[in-house]
Amino acid sequence: MGLYGFSIGLVRWQGFVYKSSPCFPVDKCDLAMLSFDVILPALLGGVLIGLSASVLLLFNGRIMGVCGILNQAISFKGGENLWAWLFLVGLLIGPLVSDAFLGTSQPMFEERTFLVTVIAGLLVGFGTSLGSGCTSGHGVCGIGRLSQRSIVSVAVFMLAAMVTVYLFRQVLGAE
Amino acid sequence: MRNIIALLAGLIFSIGLAQSEMINPDRVLGFLDVLGAWDPALAFVLGGAVMVTVVTFRFILKRTHPLLDKEFYLPTKESLDATLIIGAIIFGVGWGLYGYCPGPALAAILYFEPSNILFVLSLLVGTVAARKWVSRHA
Repeated sequence: MGLYGFSIGLVRWQGFVYKSSPCFPVDKCDLAMLSFDVILPALLGGVLIGLSASVLLLFNGRIMGVCGILNQAISFKGGENLWAWLFLVGLLIGPLVSDAFLGTSQPMFEERTFLVTVIAGLLVGFGTSLGSGCTSGHGVCGIGRLSQRSIVSVAVFMLAAMVTVYLFRQVLGAE
Repeated sequence: MRNIIALLAGLIFSIGLAQSEMINPDRVLGFLDVLGAWDPALAFVLGGAVMVTVVTFRFILKRTHPLLDKEFYLPTKESLDATLIIGAIIFGVGWGLYGYCPGPALAAILYFEPSNILFVLSLLVGTVAARKWVSRHA
């Protein structure tokens, strides 16, 4: 692939989509673009997430864990938790800003049944609250602090999720 | 000022989720499906984020206090306990069933997808239930 493939990957980078980029020879080019199309937006998004966690810690001294912040927001503390509500407002409008100005679009995904949706939501809410953190709190921030609890938590919930997907998709054959 | 920072942090965070497509539960399930058609994207997202925080947090936490507050609000527990592990397992099963953790689920609310709204409502019920359960058993 080399630098040529890399540069084509860059111009086709999601957010700066330039679809009619010259591509020759086609087969090699497709391979290069596939990998960069996967890696670059993922890395870029990850770096943005890491930066937002850094900003919140540097200025406010707060850990950017979504379920922790959600917990703060729904516990009635007068005006003290206004920042948590404002974080959630930012969280809600971010994807719309990204869709309007940065070339992303609303995700389309496979439909889930009513029962699966409700059970999954209950488990995620209960588990993250009980285990004091989710992918952002334990994953992005906890590992950033090299916290032993967070590293163990991430390993356990990833493994549990992978086993669940395996049982559902490979054993039960469901989507 | 602290409130504006919080708003900005939330905004940058979910722009990151949208750019990396982690707001799409099918991409997340693709990562979790290690024995199927594996999609490595999430590893790069988490890797990219941790690459940043491992470096910045080292410097930030050397300060005596954050720029706009008197103290850092960090988790106080340090040792492993059963609650942490059981919570992580319960969360992981739910995550594997639907493909959403709390961040992306909330970030996608303004698309008004009925399935996502149902998921978030259930998530809130689960969160409140866990708080009640913990306060009763603590």
